[in-house]
This record gives sequence, C-alpha cells and structure tokens, in this order.
Amino acid sequence: MLEIRNLSAGVNGKQILKNLNLRVNAGEVHAIMGPNGSGKSTLAQVLAGRNDYEVIGGEVLFNGVDLLEMKPEERARAGIFLAFQYPVEIPGVNSTSFLKTALNECRKARGEEELDAVEFLSLVKTKTKLLELDQSLLSRPVNEGFSGGEKKRNEVFQMAVLEPKLAILDETDSGLDIDALKIVANGVNKLRRPDNAAVVITHYQRLLNYIVPDVVHVLVHGQIVKSGGKELALELEERGYDWIHEGIALNGKP
Amino acid sequence: MIDTLKQAKAERKEERAKIIPSTSDGGKICAALRAFSSHEASPAWLHSIRETARACAAEIGFPTLDQEEWRFTNMAPVLQLPLHPVKQRKTELTHQEIAPFLFDLDCYRLVFVDGYFCASLSVLPGAGNDLQLGNLRARLENNSSELEQHLTRSTHSSANFFTAFNTAFFQDGAFVSIKAGKTADRPVHLLFIGAATEEGATAQPRNLILAGRGSEIKVVESYVSLSDAARVTNAVTELFLEADARVEHCKLQQESERAFHIATIQGVQAKASHWASHSIATGGRIARNQIQTLFSAEGSECILNGLYLGHGEQLIDHHTVVDHAQARCESHEFYHGILTDRARGVFNGKIFVRQDAQKTNAKQTNRNLLLSDSAMIDTKPQLEIYADDVKCTHGATVGQLNEDEIFYLRSRGIGLEKARRMLVEAFASNVVERISLAPVRVKLEEVLAARFEQFKV
Repeated sequence: MLEIRNLSAGVNGKQILKNLNLRVNAGEVHAIMGPNGSGKSTLAQVLAGRNDYEVIGGEVLFNGVDLLEMKPEERARAGIFLAFQYPVEIPGVNSTSFLKTALNECRKARGEEELDAVEFLSLVKTKTKLLELDQSLLSRPVNEGFSGGEKKRNEVFQMAVLEPKLAILDETDSGLDIDALKIVANGVNKLRRPDNAAVVITHYQRLLNYIVPDVVHVLVHGQIVKSGGKELALELEERGYDWIHEGIALNGKP
Repeated sequence: MIDTLKQAKAERKEERAKIIPSTSDGGKICAALRAFSSHEASPAWLHSIRETARACAAEIGFPTLDQEEWRFTNMAPVLQLPLHPVKQRKTELTHQEIAPFLFDLDCYRLVFVDGYFCASLSVLPGAGNDLQLGNLRARLENNSSELEQHLTRSTHSSANFFTAFNTAFFQDGAFVSIKAGKTADRPVHLLFIGAATEEGATAQPRNLILAGRGSEIKVVESYVSLSDAARVTNAVTELFLEADARVEHCKLQQESERAFHIATIQGVQAKASHWASHSIATGGRIARNQIQTLFSAEGSECILNGLYLGHGEQLIDHHTVVDHAQARCESHEFYHGILTDRARGVFNGKIFVRQDAQKTNAKQTNRNLLLSDSAMIDTKPQLEIYADDVKCTHGATVGQLNEDEIFYLRSRGIGLEKARRMLVEAFASNVVERISLAPVRVKLEEVLAARFEQFKV
C-alpha cells in the first residue's frame, strides 16, 4: 500500500530524513518509535503533503501512485489521513459542516454520491456510537476550546467518518490520560480492516499496549535503524533508545 | 513587503498633495451649500439649529487628508460631484423591486427612496401601539416637544462637516419611539434605497430612535442601491436610551460600488442601559461610518460589532468613539475587516475614560484579513484615560489566512480554494453570529456569500 524509498527531506534548509525506507501492506499496523527530534513528525507531515517540508530525494508510492506529486487534498481524497499531533483550532468553522464538506469532497473524488444532511447525520450517529464518543463536540467550531483529549478524540472521529486507506497517527497518545488513551486506541482498533493500514507514531510504548502493531520500527537521526515485532517496543520501553544509538556507533551502520 | 509599504506611503503623499483644498474647492462647498439652501421648511426651533449647522459646515469646510480625523480617507471625489438634493423623486417602486432587500422577518418597516418617505411600501404599527413609528417630516409638522428635546441634541455641528451638513439640510428620516417599560412587539426595519440615476444626487436621512426607560427594541437600518450612479448618502442616526433601556441596532450598508456613503450613528446612554450596535459594510466606493456613544450615567454597557468587506478600489472607514464619561460602564468593541484587490480599510477606535469614570471596563479588538498584496488597512486604537481604576484593553491584528488552518482543511480533502473560502467566511461569521435576529443573519450570509464569489480569496 505504502512504499517509501530512500526518502530524504528537511525543513528550513536542515535535512531531517535521510534515505528512509518503509513498506506498509494492507491490513498491517506499523509503529514508528524514536526519540525526540528523530524525524517522526517530519515523516508524518511529508506524507500528508505539508509544503513547509522539502523533499530532497527519494520517492513515495501510495498504491502505486507517486504520492509526492499530489496536493494535500488529493492525498486525502486518495485515502491518506493524518491524525495531527497538535490539531489546530478553527474558530467560526462549524465542525459538522467542515466534516460533511470533507467527506463529500472525498466521495466525489471516488466517484461516489455526495451525502445529504440527513444521510450524513445518520453516519455521524453510527460512528459516534461505534467509538463511544460524545456527539456534542460536533456542534462546536472545529477544535475550538477543546481539551487536549477532546482534540485527539475528534481526530479519531474524523478518521472514522472519512474511512481512509492509510491512517497516520502522529503522537496521538501525547497528552492523553489513560482513559482518553483507551478511547482513542479503541477507535483505531475498531477501524482496522484487512484493506486498510495504519502507521502509529509514538514516543512511548504505552499506546502499543492498546494498539498492537504488526511491525515496530525505530527511527533515529532520520533513518529507520531497527525493525521488529511488537516485542521490540517493550524492549525500547525497558532499555530506552541509548542501546540502539550505541549499536549504530559500534557498527557504523544499523 | 517594505517596498510595498514605502510605495504606498509615497502614493499617499502624492495623493495628499493633489487634494490640498484650493479656492475652487471652497467655491464648490459654497455651491453645494447653496444647492441645498432653504430647501427644507422646519419649525422655528429647528430653523435656528439648521442655520447654525450651516454656518458650521461652511466654517469647518470639506474634510481633507490634513485633518487628523480624515488622514486616511480621501473624500475629495465626493466634492468633484455636482452635489444636490434629489430632483426626480422616484417613489413609485414596487414590492417586487424592494423584495431582494427584505428579510424573512415579521417586522415593521419604513422605506425611504432617495431620502423621501414611501408610505405605500412601509408597514406601520396600529394606533395605540407602544411603538411609535413614522417619518420624521410628518412628526416635525406636528412640532412635538419630544422631538425638540432630542433631535440634533446629541450631535455637535462644530465637530464634523458631514454631520453639520446633514443637520442643516436633512429632508426626512425615521422616527422610532418605544414607550417606557415596553418591548416593541416586532423589530423595525428602516430601508433606505438609492434609486436616483443622477450623479451627485444626495440623500440626507435623519433618524431618531428613542427608547424609553426600561424599554426594549431592535432596529435594522439598511442602505441599498437600485441605481449604479455616483450618488451620495449622508445619514445621521441619533439614539437616546433612557435608563435600563435595551436597544439592538444593526446597520447594513450595501450600496453600489460607485456610491459614496457617509453615516454618523450617535448613541446617548442613560443609567444601566444596554446598546448593541452592529455595522456591516460591504458597499460604496468610499464609505465612512462614525459610530459613537456617550455614557451619560453609570452602569451602562455598549457592544460595538463591525464587519467591513472591501474589494476592487473600495475604501471603507469606521471611526468609533466610546465616551466613558461616567463610572462603572462597559464597552466591548469587536471589528473584523476583510480586504482584497486594492481595497483599503480604516479603523479608528477612540475610547475616552473621563476622570470620574472609575471602574470602567473597555475592550477593543480589531482584526484584519488582507487577501491581496495591494489591500491596505490603517488601524488605530486611540485611548485617552484620565481615571486610574479602570480596565482597558485593545488589540489590532493584520494578517493573512493561517497556513496551519488551511493545511488542516486540505489534509481532510478540502481543496485549497474552498479551504480559503471557508476560513474567510468563518472570519466574517464571527461578527455576523452576534446579531440576534436570525433572519437578518441568514440574509447577510447570502449577501456575504455573493460577495465572496467576487473576491479572489
């Protein structure tokens, strides 16, 4: 589904990702872990199409199509979804009409009929029930005055409505208490299907107790230096990231 | 960016040089004053007020960029017009013609065409209603003491050319009076239509709104055009709020983009009164709004909301004055501007806190969205505080659309253009949503949506 080959990218003239390689297949959940500043968020932003980030080299194929050539909205319509680490507040933009517009843009691009207000609301009802969310968030402007937890839940809710093929969760666990974390993880798990995939970016192993990944990658200095099963996350939790640093230093190469 | 600013400054200097008043301008003012002379009959008490106002207008002279109050707003194009009262009265408009300007609202209505009252299109309350509503000219013929007590009493002819000009020569306008202790059973819509096709045709409506002690009323005052001529509107509205009165006043200015619009709205607020003013300005080639309130007693509150939208070559100016003359009053001012193309906006927010006005709470916010490189805003908070136990805050921002917000919307599948449009609409709706009359909001949203279609956002 997603194939990243030798991706190099940076921001403000500073290179952050260095020849990064990653392959995600349909039905898989990948976790990307790494210390602060290793390039986790850069990867998420580059995949979503943020133009502050400059791609220096490499390529990204999404279902065989060159993702880097696409505008952010085209990526979203093709099925990429980024759950933001810091969802932005947009005063004055009503949550419901925002999400309805977004969904219908995606549906149009897929050649599907647009949903009218009634159909949309019934979809919203189904999804809020599935995720055990409070529907009242939707009557407010997008993220305005939401708590940290509410913002993250709102991201997962948008994901549930838009039904992306590939969801990228950028430190969705940061700033969440354990209950909020469970709700968010529960949402992600319920949305797992054989034909979609998720990349879960996190600093801590904690989230992975609830979203069990198929593959865990360790990102250090803009490169994936180690990949393994879910037990790798536990090892990282126990030993920190230093032993991997040392490993790189010893071998010169991961 | 700096180059653009420099260039703009240079242009402004040049412009200023061009319109320093010459003797011929003085001549034009005299001609204008003559054109309006002895045009209006009035009771004796008003006659002398008009005479004084006329003398003031002649003495103050036409505003120039040299005057602090007009530093950013070049009114010279108005003086180039052959200013005159409307000659051809076009009062036979049909309901169909005015339908686009009405709200889906059960309300009373006064319609004025080029400043003249049009009874056939108006809807008045029945006799004995707590609300008295009618045209001012008819009231003047009865020469009531209520009028003598209030009309022109809140405005000072010595302060402003256009206000003095209006006082000297106003033809007609609305008279609205709600009895003490009563709530108007319907809102009032004052509709001013510019229909004259002559260049320089000038309408000078004069409105008086009286809210008795503990009364409550909502008034919508809208200005629209049926003709695309370079007409002039010079309106003055006075509002007197007695103790505990509550008034919501909404002014919508949607005149043609060749028209010139000048308006003064002056509130006088007695003890514990509450005035909410909304000014939504989208029309006019040059539009100047002076919205002012005087707290004449303690414990009052005023809310001044505003939204201005300019495109093309439009210049839209709001000068507001809140005079905290008494203690324990609150003012909340919230103005948003959206400008594109070569449009200009001016916002000047004056707040006086007089020596006795302890425990004043004054808040002022002016936010501006510039959607093109050549759009400009001059924004200036002006606080004069003579009391020490007060809370005054002000803030002005000028900026473009927020990139993080745009990206967030795009990342959900919404195209760039639509995303920008959504954010611009949201910025406008922050102001519109403060209007309490839903049908007015709905209508306004339509007007704004049509406007945004023309905007290159």
